[in-house]
Amino acid sequence: MELKEIANRLRFHVIEMTSEAGSGHPGGSLSSADLMAVLYFRVMNHRPSDPSWDGRDRFILSKGHVAPILYASLAESGYFPVEELITLRKMNSRLQGHPVRGKLPGVEMSTGSLGQGLSMACGFAMAAKMDGKKHRVYCLVGDGELQSGMNWEAAMFASQYKLSNLVLFVDRNRLQISGCTEDVMGLEPLQRKWEAFGWRAITVDGHNIAKLIEACTWAKRARTRPTVIIMNTVKGKGVSFMENNVGFHGKSCNADEKVCAENELEEAMRFCR
Amino acid sequence: MSQIAQRDYFGKALKDLAKREDIVVLDADLAGSTKTSEFKKVCPERFVEIGIAEQNMIGISSGLAAEGKTVFATTFGVFATGRCWEQVRLCVAYPELNVKIVATHCGISVGEDGATHQALEDISLMRTMPNMTVISPADAYETYAATIAIADHYGPVYMRMGRSPVPTVSEEGEKFIIGKAKALREGKDVTLFGTGQMVFNCIEAAEELKKEGVSAEVVNVSTIKPLDRDTVLASVSKTGCAVTAEEHSIIGGLGSAISELLSEELPSPVFRIGTGDIFGESGSPAELFVKYKLTSGDIAKAARKAMKKR
Repeated sequence: MELKEIANRLRFHVIEMTSEAGSGHPGGSLSSADLMAVLYFRVMNHRPSDPSWDGRDRFILSKGHVAPILYASLAESGYFPVEELITLRKMNSRLQGHPVRGKLPGVEMSTGSLGQGLSMACGFAMAAKMDGKKHRVYCLVGDGELQSGMNWEAAMFASQYKLSNLVLFVDRNRLQISGCTEDVMGLEPLQRKWEAFGWRAITVDGHNIAKLIEACTWAKRARTRPTVIIMNTVKGKGVSFMENNVGFHGKSCNADEKVCAENELEEAMRFCR
Repeated sequence: MSQIAQRDYFGKALKDLAKREDIVVLDADLAGSTKTSEFKKVCPERFVEIGIAEQNMIGISSGLAAEGKTVFATTFGVFATGRCWEQVRLCVAYPELNVKIVATHCGISVGEDGATHQALEDISLMRTMPNMTVISPADAYETYAATIAIADHYGPVYMRMGRSPVPTVSEEGEKFIIGKAKALREGKDVTLFGTGQMVFNCIEAAEELKKEGVSAEVVNVSTIKPLDRDTVLASVSKTGCAVTAEEHSIIGGLGSAISELLSEELPSPVFRIGTGDIFGESGSPAELFVKYKLTSGDIAKAARKAMKKR
């Protein structure tokens, strides 16, 4: 299956899971779907049948509210049955509203309180350096959460300790709960900020599979510096009425919307074939 | 009686732990004060300077711990518990990672630096957090033993100590058992539960009470969470009343922990010695102990009140 088609399958799961749950965060899940397909089905070394395999690349989802896209990626990779996805946010489910370490195979860290994942990822990357291990640490942050100062503490740290095994993705969909990031608390010039903190930085179209793969290959060439890949994305990508609609940041589709969304995604998947 | 700063023995213990390859020590620009500099001297490769960024330190500690490291994240009490409370909650306590948050400069005995640097709420802040063990050793020797014990124990721990030299009340070389309170002096009229350097003040108070014919039991509660219920209940069933003493607010610390237990299991008069609902200030530790009513005399007075209420 092509990565584009996988990404849309992941999107399909996101719509289904969040609609079934009656809550959740579909908008940011959809904007990061293409990256997640690229990471879990192309770039990362991992063994779904052996989630604690020491040689695996680590993935830290700092924007923990997009747990649905992580869960969909893990299930489609084979970490647990796809049928379990619809238990999202329900009592006794392993699929908690935000990811929990140790509860579900493949989840490296508990996240969901924004702004903290990059520090955690720095710890993972530091440990790998200390132990001479070759795996990489991938971290995904939302753009809104970069307003939190802890990210920039971590940015300094990663640069100071030359964490070249650390790759950060910024899901730059330009929307947060209260509206446009630049109106709420502007982040630009974002790439130059990272460069000023000593990072290798690149900005790509976050929905262009080939460009994402290319950027990940470029990230692997890092020798002394951490890498950030800023992905220009569209919140709600893949479902016309959800795109750039901040209303779907933290709200799931109702029954009618769900049918429309799933029809669109099915159409897109057919188109991929 | 010798007076030794607890942090000196914390540094010594870390140095002795350096041979263990899983131990990593994180510092937020205070290595000279927290004595983690001792570890750095012998093991620079596993000493990580984070700079003045405590929240980041806690986040980093979680990643290291998730990869199998036993992490000591160290700074002053105010910063370790207050500045990064929610980071401790998400990164350490919730995922139950093997991080030891060790704070020096706790309590009013920090002295001249004043209220900004006197942690009087840290026990309370950490005690309320699920999965967190809270330890407050009484002296330098116990601090050494506790440091070794928490390194051997898997899971999140908060350990506090003061800045200044404190009298020793334990024997060098004694083993520290997490979760075990210890009667240092037997008595039958009132129990004085102390933690940290207030244990010594409890012993002095017991001496003072003895002159009046009052037999006071002194219990060192060096693990505040999980509380040693059996030892607390056994002592108070014998004495019928208690005083708690801590260099910490009377809200949420040892006094609260003991009162909570006794109110449910063995309702008894409890008087709490600690700082009130108030911030500290600059001054010498001795002056501050008098002003904030933390002396042995204050403990003895509370004991007399407790016995009257019995």
